[in-house]
Amino acid sequence: MAEKKWLPRWFYQLASPRWCYEFTGKLLPLFVIAAVLLLGIGTVWALAFAPADYQQGNSFRIIYIHVPSSILAQSCYMLMAVAGAIGLIWKMKVADMVAKCCAPIGASIAVLSLATGAIWGKPTWGSWWVWDARLTSMLILFFLYLGIIALNSAIESERTAAQSTAVLALVGLVNIPIIKYSVDWWNTLHQPATFKLTERPAMPAEMWVPLLVMVIGFYCFFAVAMMLRLRNEIIQRERRSSWVRDMITG
Amino acid sequence: MSDSVPKQSLADSPARVYKVDGPFWGALKRDLLLSYRRKSDLVNPLIFFLMVATLFPLGVSPDPTFLADVAPGVVWVAALLATLLSMDSLFRSDFEDGTLEQILLSPQPLYMVVLAKVLAHWMLTGLPLTILAPVLGVMLFLPADGMWGLVLSLLLGTPTLSLVGAIGAALTVGLRKGGVLISLLVLPLYIPLLIFGSAAVQGAVTGLPLGGYLAILGAMLSLGLVMAPLAIGAALRISVSG
Repeated sequence: MAEKKWLPRWFYQLASPRWCYEFTGKLLPLFVIAAVLLLGIGTVWALAFAPADYQQGNSFRIIYIHVPSSILAQSCYMLMAVAGAIGLIWKMKVADMVAKCCAPIGASIAVLSLATGAIWGKPTWGSWWVWDARLTSMLILFFLYLGIIALNSAIESERTAAQSTAVLALVGLVNIPIIKYSVDWWNTLHQPATFKLTERPAMPAEMWVPLLVMVIGFYCFFAVAMMLRLRNEIIQRERRSSWVRDMITG
Repeated sequence: MSDSVPKQSLADSPARVYKVDGPFWGALKRDLLLSYRRKSDLVNPLIFFLMVATLFPLGVSPDPTFLADVAPGVVWVAALLATLLSMDSLFRSDFEDGTLEQILLSPQPLYMVVLAKVLAHWMLTGLPLTILAPVLGVMLFLPADGMWGLVLSLLLGTPTLSLVGAIGAALTVGLRKGGVLISLLVLPLYIPLLIFGSAAVQGAVTGLPLGGYLAILGAMLSLGLVMAPLAIGAALRISVSG
């Protein structure tokens, strides 16, 4: 095989559960430190130092939890679908495990996003919930996560469960653009996207810089949660292999 | 297909798809015939459809103005649930008697066979539901202006319900208790259809132009027709091999 390798060697090695376990073991402390620092700095900055909104006062500060969790809930779904597709096409065990680990994390983050949205909605819109396109499509995302978790736990064989959930995750992918563009396509109560790649945010830098810190902090936190679950999953599935036995017996 | 079939006839099999004895028509005829032989199963979704719609006037309020307001949503929800309940049996009997395995092993394009099976399912549930819907509309005091909207939206919407539901049926066919699980998998995907379907009926009642809603339902159907058989086929292969 004289095929040109486009990606660095360590990326291919991730396909091996053992390598993946050792690699994430090295990465984990870095991400723990990054997540603690970013979330710590971001929270203090957002709650104590960022200026209050001229209309909403201090109640807008929940944006620093709501926006990162909403972005992350969607990214997590994308990761799950992509990992599922990789598992389906190239039959990589580690990709299956990543997809499986995404679902519970994504579901809890989607709950966080919906709950903070409800808490924010009460003072600003006057109700906990409105049947608006953005909220409904986010709720559908949460339901999709639940469906994927249910399907995964209903199928006994690990391989079949991974493949079936991958198909379902790919089908559910149609919902992601709907969530993303729901604020542009429909006249909704929900405000438009806070961050766009093409434009500067509509708020002053003192407000959006801590938000960006929080978003990156949330991603680091997700990486930590993901790696912990993944390592657990790897050990559980590879419990009969010699390297796991050697590691545990020492 | 037996081994005696020469290679050449396999190579030109895509053309056979459209012949009356091709895999598409063969599967369609077979499914329709099988359902015809068990007529009682055919009526069950329709009875369910009627009964669910009866629950609303009795459970919420028999007031005609109230019922007229909720009729579009109620008829759509009832049609959706009736389709969902009939979904579990789509591949079940074929899976249990081994036919499904033979279909997957055969050299015929799975896409066409799956599409034919879903079409047969729609002809036996979605289409009768659509025809029956005006009766429910009358029972729920839906204004006469809304009837066309109701029939057209269901005509475009129910095939998509069958296509999306078949993905759920294919994913759960290997499981002993697939019934509730199908609902969990499929209902989130049904929500957009419900929104646009009942909005089309509401629009028809209030005299708004229907074109936009029907175009979106048609777009969903087109997407479903192209993509869903692929997903159903993949899901069937996974379920049968697992």
